[in-house]
Amino acid sequence: MLEFKNVTKVYDGGKTAVKKLNLKINKGEFVCFIGPSGCGKTTTMKMVNRLIDISDGTILVDGKDIKQQDPVQLRRSIGYVIQQIGLMPHMTIKENIVLVGTLLKWPEEKKNERAKELIKLVGLPTEYLDKYPHELSGGQQQRIGVLRALAVNPPLILMDEPFGALDPITRDALQDEFKKLQKELHKTIIFVTHDMDEALKLADRVVIMRDGEVVQADTPEEILRNPANEFVEEFLGKERLIQGRPDVTTVGQIMEGTPITVQENESLKNAISIMRDKHVDSLLVLDQQEKLVGFIDIEIINLNYKKATLVNEVMEKEFLYVEKDSLLRDTVHKILRRGVKYVPVVDEEKKLVGIVTRATLANLVYDTIWGDGFDVEEHVDLEIAK
Amino acid sequence: MNEFLSNHGTELLIKTGEHLYISFVAILLGVVVAVPLGILFSRIPKMADRLISFVGILQTIPSLAILAFFIPLLGVGKLPAILALFFYSLLPILRNTYIGIQGVNASVREAGKGMGMSNWQSIMKLELPLALPVIMAGIRLSTVYLIGWATLAAFIGGGGLGDFIFDGLNLYQPVLIIAGTVPATILALLADRLLAIVEQKLTPTGMKESYEAA
Repeated sequence: MLEFKNVTKVYDGGKTAVKKLNLKINKGEFVCFIGPSGCGKTTTMKMVNRLIDISDGTILVDGKDIKQQDPVQLRRSIGYVIQQIGLMPHMTIKENIVLVGTLLKWPEEKKNERAKELIKLVGLPTEYLDKYPHELSGGQQQRIGVLRALAVNPPLILMDEPFGALDPITRDALQDEFKKLQKELHKTIIFVTHDMDEALKLADRVVIMRDGEVVQADTPEEILRNPANEFVEEFLGKERLIQGRPDVTTVGQIMEGTPITVQENESLKNAISIMRDKHVDSLLVLDQQEKLVGFIDIEIINLNYKKATLVNEVMEKEFLYVEKDSLLRDTVHKILRRGVKYVPVVDEEKKLVGIVTRATLANLVYDTIWGDGFDVEEHVDLEIAK
Repeated sequence: MNEFLSNHGTELLIKTGEHLYISFVAILLGVVVAVPLGILFSRIPKMADRLISFVGILQTIPSLAILAFFIPLLGVGKLPAILALFFYSLLPILRNTYIGIQGVNASVREAGKGMGMSNWQSIMKLELPLALPVIMAGIRLSTVYLIGWATLAAFIGGGGLGDFIFDGLNLYQPVLIIAGTVPATILALLADRLLAIVEQKLTPTGMKESYEAA
């Protein structure tokens, strides 16, 4: 759909805004460009509709080099939404919405129909079509700004911090609306923002830029899980990384380090006394190599203590366990869905390294809601050290 | 008063007509030249300030002198008078057009360009309508000045109400001076009111209301 090939922009003053940018954007993809001011994100976007000229390299839209196209015609075929909204104050809302249609000399009927059709998309009454921009609130105005970009149904839409100037509540509402809209319309969208939450919320792919270069281009999940370098980490912010952690934390990071165990060749009598001493109702059973082989609980012992004497004769060998590198969110799922009280954690050789109990999860949820996250980390470190 | 009107009534009408004609043609020329020039200047903002100062220098030349300069070039009569007045009308209209266009909200202009408006469409559909109140203010200012200065046209044989004033001065007849001055003043006021109405009519609806709302 859209392809950047070695795209470079050097401004007249000699400042290089974009350096040899290479990027391929698929049809229907929602891509957010993000980075500190001066990183070249806006320049990159504005080169697509030739509001800024390319110094070197090529940009292909649908396989066609944009430099070969007439800039005015090109811009009419690409939707454009800007931060300052930029509705024409002397035109009615209807005239504003179908502005590109007017430029393309659409007949009046077609324009009326399209305007009515579009304004319903954002849930505004059709009477608004005859109003002037100043009669609308900021949020309503930007809704019209988005509709204006959609008017002639362009497959590609450029958005330059479209929700940046709105108050947080309106911004949130518009983001949700727009995400829903995008699901219905399947446009290819280039969205420039400096708001990481916005990018993570909306984008299929986030392109993080710095000094005119792409630092990382990945799905929001992948960026949260594997930030490419310190800059990305810093840009994401510690808070976001921790908040995002239930998604990316491994079991090893939160497990408790000292489960109560018993050797498989111990007697049942000993097993019971361990349970009593440690105030637990079940034990994990290990073999000589410290590998986890099963578990035994008070019920099993109660049923079998007359028939058997050793733990490995009666222990339950079918049980749920997780590896310490597996994702926490999958583990949580297992614990909650299967209704088990705990899950033992093993390493690659199936040696027991820890345990996740419902109490561990309660701690985690508590820290996510109340804690600042640091406690969780320290806590976990201590547990692992034990 | 009655006696004056019966003696000079027809003459007064003719002179007023001449006066209007000279001013009107000069201001029309001024608009036709200065508005496009102002738009052109807005496209070269770096040069524009210097060019506008240059036009400003023209304005500082005393009006009597400018009229005198035109005599060797164009002789006497209406043409040099109109031409001289035209020079005076330039600056206010030029400067207001330039400032008006510059003052059009940059985001509106960028939106227009981004939507795919050509330069010409941007001027005709966006910038002129939005700059219109400021441009009209320049035209009104020029018109009021010009109707006043047009009395000097009599000095180089251009006719108009100035004839009464010069006659009055030469013949020591205050009545003639007043007969030239009062109609000129009334004309200036009327022209200003008229242009205000034109401005009202031309200003796009959405903008009128947003001014009121602001």
